[in-house]
Amino acid sequence: MTDMASLMEDRAAANADASDQRKPVDWDSADMSRSIKKRYAAERRFKTYGLTAIMLALAALVLLGYSIISKGYSAFVQTYVQIELTFDPAVIDPDGTRDPAVLGRANYDGLIKDALRARFPDVTSRSEKRKLYGIISSGASYDLREQVLDKPSLIGQTRKLWLISGDDFDMLNKGYISADTQEASRRLDDDEIGWFQTLQSANAIEKRFHTRFFTNGDSREPELAGIWGAAVGSFYTLIVTLLLSFPIGVAAAIYLEEFAPKNRLTQIIEVNINNLAAVPSIVFGLLGLELYLNVMHLPRSAPVVGGLTLALMTLPTIIIASRAAIKAVPPSIRQAALGLGASPVQTVSHHVLPLAMPGILTGTIIGMAQALGETAPLLMIGMVAFIVDIPGSAMDAATVLPVQIYLWADSPERAFVEKTSAAIMVLLAFLILMNGLAVFLRKKFERKW
Amino acid sequence: MAVVTADAMTNAPHTRGKSKMAARDLDLFYGDAQALFNVDLDVMEREVTALIGPSGCGKSTFLRCLNRMNDTIDGVTISGKVTLDDRDIYDKIIDVVQLRARIGMVFQKPNPFPKSIFDNVAYGPRIHGLVNSRDELDEIVMTSLEKAGLLKEVKDRLASPATGLSGGQQQRLCIARAVAVSPEVILMDEPCSALDPIATAKVEELIDELRSNYTIVIVTHSMQQAARVSQRTAFFHLGKLVEVGETDQIFTNPRDERTKGYITGRFG
Repeated sequence: MTDMASLMEDRAAANADASDQRKPVDWDSADMSRSIKKRYAAERRFKTYGLTAIMLALAALVLLGYSIISKGYSAFVQTYVQIELTFDPAVIDPDGTRDPAVLGRANYDGLIKDALRARFPDVTSRSEKRKLYGIISSGASYDLREQVLDKPSLIGQTRKLWLISGDDFDMLNKGYISADTQEASRRLDDDEIGWFQTLQSANAIEKRFHTRFFTNGDSREPELAGIWGAAVGSFYTLIVTLLLSFPIGVAAAIYLEEFAPKNRLTQIIEVNINNLAAVPSIVFGLLGLELYLNVMHLPRSAPVVGGLTLALMTLPTIIIASRAAIKAVPPSIRQAALGLGASPVQTVSHHVLPLAMPGILTGTIIGMAQALGETAPLLMIGMVAFIVDIPGSAMDAATVLPVQIYLWADSPERAFVEKTSAAIMVLLAFLILMNGLAVFLRKKFERKW
Repeated sequence: MAVVTADAMTNAPHTRGKSKMAARDLDLFYGDAQALFNVDLDVMEREVTALIGPSGCGKSTFLRCLNRMNDTIDGVTISGKVTLDDRDIYDKIIDVVQLRARIGMVFQKPNPFPKSIFDNVAYGPRIHGLVNSRDELDEIVMTSLEKAGLLKEVKDRLASPATGLSGGQQQRLCIARAVAVSPEVILMDEPCSALDPIATAKVEELIDELRSNYTIVIVTHSMQQAARVSQRTAFFHLGKLVEVGETDQIFTNPRDERTKGYITGRFG
């Protein structure tokens, strides 16, 4: 402090020579220490604001994660019911030919109904019976058919089989339907809950990992509905988007940064690219509808159209990110290459592009992640249809993950609530994976200069 | 200008006297602002020509005219003539890529490519198709590094990244990279301004050695450097070539008051 003070005095003296008398600053005055205190207080306040903001963001994230996981985790297991079932030869294969065509056409649904009636013989009335059949999912008959086609020797035997249960019983087993509520206001009446309890006490109810959720397409029956169809649809859509928007976007960015003359026209183009990035995605959907479906007559609901539409939406993002990455390459590298006699194209392809690649890839993956989560433009081009089949190519009708979430969230069945959350989890997992890939690629290709 | 050259020739017996590059009536504009006025300058073969002058006097701009690096800047217009072996380099039939292979350049800040040492030197020969085999390429890289006085220091780590070298080594690598294309002229834009005195000394020594094979034009802020490495010196001021002549003459007996003022440190 004394050094400082003497220095200040020297300066003050020098100043006094040069200009008119200026009072020396008293660094130890009460005013000074007050202003220092004020500065420290301001810094503390600022830190607190920042910390609070981060805490709020974290809390929101935790809440989101908790609500999705707590609602959705149960979708990954499914209730199965064990019943004793006779593979009746008279139903399955009356002529004894073991012809797969005959076996495939047999009434397995009837077998299950027979088995249920045998399990609960007191049920006689028509309406009671219909409720009884609800214990087992209508999809169980396909499982039986598969088993028989796989192993015809089962015919004639009686086996204890675990069959997939209907969605209401699944909900009851998972505790989403309470027996304490009034009978009129719940999906299952007292009889049905009684059957369930009988089965449960006989250890004939079990929860198993729900592989169907990952392998099936959509279905009207919640217990049969899966996300594979939507995942494949998303995959085809993103492939089309990537194949279009990456090369076009990077080429546009290179041209604008490295070759285009800086004049009014390129300025207008630049401004408009930035504007396009801010255009609501549904507008791109309308454009896609008009251009691809009404003018070009491409197939409705197909990933190829979805991909084309999303490519329109992703292009500005990729162009902007790529231009920023190209701009960040030091000009000295370009000069070095040009000074050696490299042509402009060689300079770009040998030096600028490799150095800009990490940034370009990051931008592209962020754009792709955005496209993966996009719903609105796809509604416009008909990808919102109820599609059971897994799409086999980009030309087949399909839906995508976020649209599937939207469809399920719209469905009335209680069981679709957990499916919705589970599908969100899968979508988020894909997004985290893609962002992780972006970070990994950036780290891997990053080069220092 | 021509008078000065003739004078210099009579006074200096060691001048080889053959003009390698020449500028005639060279005017250069950045947009509307004129940066060079009517410059007439000869660059003699196998000599080091130093361009000196205060900041913003146009010496770097002039240097960049000699290999048409100004072409890469928007809004630059040039009138007048620059010749290499009596051929106008701004002629439409001249291929600028080939021209820059014949006139190499070393920049102010060392700018190696973020690649291996070997690839840095090999880049020029590769893009110009100067070699047919890997052995030939190895040979060129080795001799270029040797010429740049760097071979001893890096021969065990040719595959390691060039950005790991020290500043002085990087600058000598850049010289090796320029030499690998076997240019006729090497332009150097303040090649030592980012280097410490020891690295500077090495680069200066190198420039002196390179003189026997190449024509060199060097822009420098250091008058001592100009005096040490060059045979001819040109003094620029406010975009005009004020005086050019034998380095000894410029530093001991300048004709122009402005030159005198600058080298004696009265302004600059």
